Amino acid sequence: MPPILEVRHLKKRYSSVEAVRDVSFSVPPGICFGLLGPNGAGKTTTLEIIEDIIPASGGEVLYRGQPRSRSFREEIGIQFQHTSLLSFLSVRETLETFASLFSNPAAIDDISRRCDLDTIAKQRNDRLSGGQRQRLTLALALINQPSLVFLDEPSTGLDPQSRRNLWSILRELKEEGRTLILTTHSMEEAEYLCDDIAIMDRGTIIASGSPRELIERHGGGSAIILPGHTPLQPLQGMNYSVRRSGGDIVIHTDHVHQGLKELIDRDIALPGMSIHNANLEDVFLHLTGRELRE
Amino acid sequence: MNLKRIWVVFKARNAEFFRDRAAFGWNFAFPLLIIIGFGLMFDGREFKRFRVGIFPPTAIEQGASEALPPTFLKDRHVIVVPVADREEGENRLSLHRIDLLVDGTSASGAYWMNSSSPNSSLAEKVYLSSYMVGKTPPQRGVTNGPQIRYIDWLMPGILAMNMMFSALWGIGYVIVRYRKNGTLKRLKATPLTAFEYLTAQMLSRIFLIIFTLLVIWVGSDLIFDFHIAGSPLLLLLVFILGGLNLCSIGLIFAARGTSEEFTSGILNFISWPMMFVSEVWFSLEGSSKIVQDFALLFPMTYLLRAARKVMNEAATFADVQGECLVLVTTTLVFLVIGALLFSWNE
Repeated sequence: MPPILEVRHLKKRYSSVEAVRDVSFSVPPGICFGLLGPNGAGKTTTLEIIEDIIPASGGEVLYRGQPRSRSFREEIGIQFQHTSLLSFLSVRETLETFASLFSNPAAIDDISRRCDLDTIAKQRNDRLSGGQRQRLTLALALINQPSLVFLDEPSTGLDPQSRRNLWSILRELKEEGRTLILTTHSMEEAEYLCDDIAIMDRGTIIASGSPRELIERHGGGSAIILPGHTPLQPLQGMNYSVRRSGGDIVIHTDHVHQGLKELIDRDIALPGMSIHNANLEDVFLHLTGRELRE
Repeated sequence: MNLKRIWVVFKARNAEFFRDRAAFGWNFAFPLLIIIGFGLMFDGREFKRFRVGIFPPTAIEQGASEALPPTFLKDRHVIVVPVADREEGENRLSLHRIDLLVDGTSASGAYWMNSSSPNSSLAEKVYLSSYMVGKTPPQRGVTNGPQIRYIDWLMPGILAMNMMFSALWGIGYVIVRYRKNGTLKRLKATPLTAFEYLTAQMLSRIFLIIFTLLVIWVGSDLIFDFHIAGSPLLLLLVFILGGLNLCSIGLIFAARGTSEEFTSGILNFISWPMMFVSEVWFSLEGSSKIVQDFALLFPMTYLLRAARKVMNEAATFADVQGECLVLVTTTLVFLVIGALLFSWNE
């Protein structure tokens, strides 16, 4: 199936800073594509160039195989990371206002129900909580029934329950055949939602593929995690990578059984030990030598 | 251009204005308070009155000293201020708090004036002329036309000043704030074009300006009974053209930038000269040619000249077409510049 979106050699330079360096990828229709990376990696800049919010310094973006035209805005939905709304309007009035700007808007009641805004429909925008604002900005991104939805750090600032609710809405959207492109620095979110991922660091894509492929290729196998107070002396000479991380001692191995046997042979106390399967955080660590949250 | 989208943004902006009670109230209260203040200050009649200090206060309480000519004390341009003694009087005179000091007990009518004050010099002439009573004065003529009170002259200036602040800050400052907090970026993510957005902002602001103007006018008229010599509709047209012009200036300053502080500084930089040289508070008659020529750089000068011609001199459209043409032309120029420079997020 031809890609719904193609990004070719995208560049963005702010005076002396190169925020995006030769970024290329393509997104097939109907999937959730994630741009994963730490803060300052260039995810938002890349996304805003694709959304036609800011101009690129170089490269091109093709939507359905063509350069973006005026109708592009009718067909996409955007949830910005930071946005402000007209303070003195109510939630419902805001939805009605934005719906009127599009030629094919969704029914306000439907969108309101989907994003759980019914109970706060009459509330003014400047009196919404963080989670309520996030739901409203998601509703605005969906108000024109877009086929391509951009979500910039959609779950930032949400409590775990709200995050789960958001994820279930996003999964529904995907099931309806819409294409989602999201940025996140949460590996849990990326693993849960994304079919394809591009990992960005310092303005460039350092790896891409499905989460499973990336973990298999770059995750470094499993990890045995020992409590931080475990003495390091007996661990010296093991054939595995041993490092300290967040107060714990992490031993990377492709063979968990063999690793555990060796620890027992060296009389290492195992209470408090846990086994961790490699995830995208490990992929990033492996590729950059830094943790994703740094 | 999509009219529906313009209408939607127009409605949303108006709703914001009317629901922001603090800003809404201030838009009406500020000019109304100024008009009432000036009306009370000048008693709705006179702008120029001389404050004459007389000592000792008993000289006034006793129903006028024999030393002072009654015609002087009854002169409607004179406000008598009781002063304790000569020392206090001279002190007040040097501080320009009174224009003339008279000794109410002096048989020779001794007085003191401040040679650095033009008002003092004029008050002196009024005082001296009161000693001419009984002698044959020069022939005197009095104009018979309708009396233009200072408040009638001032009213268009106050309204124009309010329009100026409303247009410059209501468009210039607000759009920069929208750009800074991401509201404009959110709107850019829709099919709304910059032209549609700017048109909606202009229309919304001119609607609010004229609505405010009419409310203030009616409210002030109930108190001061303003006299409009010319056509009220022509006066309204002049104010609409002036309002559009001021809005288009606001658009230029709103076109770029995300710093509210910088924009506020620039708006002050443009609005304060307009307030002082465009004859909001006082006429430039008699001022230097450089100042008068400088005033012609500001559209507000043309707005006020046209408004006062219609209101005070019963001017017709033909009489103010020059001012109207300047307002329309510069509005179009400013609009084009504003639209070309406009950026949603830079």
